[in-house]
Amino acid sequence: MSDTIDTSATAPAGEQARASWGFLKTHLREYGILFALIAIMAFFQVATGGILLRPVNLTNLVLQNSYIVIMAIGMLLVIVAGHIDLSVGSVLGFIGALAAVMIVNWEIPYLIAAVLCLAMGAVIGMAQGFWIAYFRIPSFIVTLAGMLVFKGLTLWLLAGQSVGPFPPQFQLISSGFVPDLFGAEGMNLFSLVIGLVVAAGLAVLAIRNRAAQARTGTPDEPFAFFAAKTTIIFVGIAYLSWLMADFRGLPNVFIVMALLIAVYSFVTSRTTAGRRIYAIGGNERAAMLSGINAKRLTFLTFANMGMLAALAGLVFAARLNTATPKSGAGFELDVIAAVFIGGASMAGGVGTVVGAVIGAFIMGVMNNGMSILGIGIDYQQVIKGLVLLAAVVFDVMNKKKG
Amino acid sequence: MATILEMRDITKEFPGVKALDRVNLKVEEGEIHALVGENGAGKSTLMKVLSGVYPHGSYTGDIVYDGKVQSFASIRDSESRGIIIIHQELALIPLLSVAENIFLGNERAKGGVIDWRETETRAKELLERVGLKESPKTLVGDLGLGKQQLVEIAKALSKDVRLLILDEPTSSLNEQDSEKLLELLTEFRRQGVTSILISHKLNEISRVADTITVIRDGSAVSRLDCKNGISEDDIIRDMVGRALDDRYPARDPKISDDIAMEVSNWTVHHPVDADRTVVKDVSFHVKRGEVLGIAGLMGAGRTELAMSLFGRSYGRDISGTAKINGREVDLSTVRSAINAGLAYATEDRKTYGLVLDDTIRRNVPLAKLDAIADRGVVNRSREAEVAERYRERLNIKSSSIEQETVNLSGGNQQKVVLSKWLFADPDILILDEPCRGIDVGAKFEIYTVIRDLAASGKAIVVISSEMPELLGITDRLYVMNEGRFVGEMPTAEASQEKIMASIIKSGERIT
Repeated sequence: MSDTIDTSATAPAGEQARASWGFLKTHLREYGILFALIAIMAFFQVATGGILLRPVNLTNLVLQNSYIVIMAIGMLLVIVAGHIDLSVGSVLGFIGALAAVMIVNWEIPYLIAAVLCLAMGAVIGMAQGFWIAYFRIPSFIVTLAGMLVFKGLTLWLLAGQSVGPFPPQFQLISSGFVPDLFGAEGMNLFSLVIGLVVAAGLAVLAIRNRAAQARTGTPDEPFAFFAAKTTIIFVGIAYLSWLMADFRGLPNVFIVMALLIAVYSFVTSRTTAGRRIYAIGGNERAAMLSGINAKRLTFLTFANMGMLAALAGLVFAARLNTATPKSGAGFELDVIAAVFIGGASMAGGVGTVVGAVIGAFIMGVMNNGMSILGIGIDYQQVIKGLVLLAAVVFDVMNKKKG
Repeated sequence: MATILEMRDITKEFPGVKALDRVNLKVEEGEIHALVGENGAGKSTLMKVLSGVYPHGSYTGDIVYDGKVQSFASIRDSESRGIIIIHQELALIPLLSVAENIFLGNERAKGGVIDWRETETRAKELLERVGLKESPKTLVGDLGLGKQQLVEIAKALSKDVRLLILDEPTSSLNEQDSEKLLELLTEFRRQGVTSILISHKLNEISRVADTITVIRDGSAVSRLDCKNGISEDDIIRDMVGRALDDRYPARDPKISDDIAMEVSNWTVHHPVDADRTVVKDVSFHVKRGEVLGIAGLMGAGRTELAMSLFGRSYGRDISGTAKINGREVDLSTVRSAINAGLAYATEDRKTYGLVLDDTIRRNVPLAKLDAIADRGVVNRSREAEVAERYRERLNIKSSSIEQETVNLSGGNQQKVVLSKWLFADPDILILDEPCRGIDVGAKFEIYTVIRDLAASGKAIVVISSEMPELLGITDRLYVMNEGRFVGEMPTAEASQEKIMASIIKSGERIT
């Protein structure tokens, strides 16, 4: 076990490197996905002749994938609890349509409409979660029904037409950028500052965490590994925010996404509610006999999924600046694929928010990179399918070995 | 008698561990050969080597079967030579019929088309041989565990078995079914079928076995011939490597006069078949500092009683009252039962007790997560502290608290379940078959925990089908049969005969 290797900061460099390598090998499952993302980005950066990481493309990448990432966070919880939600694509489309009808046709103020849409999403999630949690109807079936129902309701609501455009303020959800408070020449300095603060904050958190671990026992990660990881994350975030600051700054939706990732990472890894969801997914009966209200938690997990799908619906509608009957079709598959690429298990009980987000970006970078290279949509689908299969096969093989 | 099987100097290594170290096993034709040893001693590994699960070449040493050195590459190879292994976890498919299960993978077919008439007549013959009167068309899922076990044996017979290996066949059977199974083995012995029996139940072994091989820490430490008469204590001594003077820790009960829990007129109906009463008008009490036993055969309704008390986790139309520390309490959900001071450690730790994919650290605080959390946020260092404390206190053998519980042995898994409930700090702890399928050493440790808990003023209720265990660790006993409490006695005055007598008498009264 890697925990028994001497990992104090004072150990000689050779030993440090060996310990780090050993640790990496035993934890390949957790970090492999991050390396895969970096490798894929590096590949496309070279293959596209540097277009991938150009500020304008990077910004685009974030905007294009934001709604998938937002839904992947909710889906992660659903899958960890041992369920699945096939309806999210249709719910996204339905909420987009609802927003369009309310704002454009009925002229309801966009803020009120947005709040109503989020509430509607939560209600939709509850309506599905109700049958799943309290009547034990398999989630696959309930949400398959939901997928059909909301696809139909979208058509009905829009009467088969596209509805738009939205008022400019509403569009800002997706097309707006963090304002530049400093007014520096040539770049959005404020965005860069936010990026640096977040990067520094994450580094401080990591260091404090390690210090706390060191107080109560041995830290899990060898020192060299920890130092390298923290540095890479710091430099990575700082670099990306510098790139984006160079264009128009951080997109608003990026901030929303970052907040969601932070909050849900915390909820899943540190709170009793998060812990209980993992326990339910791992062994529902044992969880119930430990006094955990599995039904209510499952119900809430779906309510949360509905709300996040609604948020994604608003983001998507704002980005297209119109609601169409076709929006959201097939999104559920991208979302589910992202979560599984990110290391979640079909059986439940396993998976992380960060993994799901990285999974979503792996899909996103591949979409984006292949489009730049001019690869046809036909090949793109095939390649994405194979990547999903490969990721899960890798995961399963790794688990068997361990 | 000729030697049918000789395993010579079998050594099997896994990365980092030597699971078997030059083990020798010699089995005579037509005998019942018992293989005993603590969990993890290497019995199952040895049988996997024999049956080809670990193929020839992955171990060193020779398997001489039928006078020839064998090199089995797979289970199919060993089965074709008549070596059939029946695993502890039954390999039957509940939604298929008995006949379909018996011939699964070995279908009676001509040119790929199944001959159902042949299948059923052959199945019927085989069922008769194992003493089952069920129709071959019955779904396996509709049979009880005891009968399922017999179907497994019928399946083995269908493959022209010469050497039958049974891995803990009676661990989940009640006494009657176990009895039937052991009789069947002796019947097979008369027919010339050789059996290897792996079991923890020493009383069964000393009754039916002709020869016993004891395995400890990966080596065969002794071979005992039962013709000369073998006492259970001899076997235990070889198993643990020391004499266990006492299988149960000595105790000096300090039972208070305070009644910790009192249940009156508790009645529970079957969850699906609401007309069936599973627990009928049961009343009982347990005092602080007391270890109370509930004896009975399997299916008597003991687990159902315990689970219905614990947050109505079983049954419907539950009526009756429960008082804890003199006050009537609400036990309608598991949460409220835990809050009222009740805890229930299940008989089926893998299904109901543990989140197997999770670590010790995550399993231990599960029933009382709030105690290690501040406003819903888990304090991880406190969590580690708690897990570490119980790991040490209960001597959970593991690499660290980060070890996943699925990789622990049965005894250590049981200790994790116990830790979880100890951390929840109940006043009344119901333990359902706390020592099922775990080895002698771990049993003693768990008995010691039970004793210490009682000494600290907790009330302990132990449900067990092992009568010697109940007689060894409890202060007072209730006997349950067919959903009723049919007897009560201080353990000091109880005996296995007395318990059986009250079960049988109650049966007469009802029928």
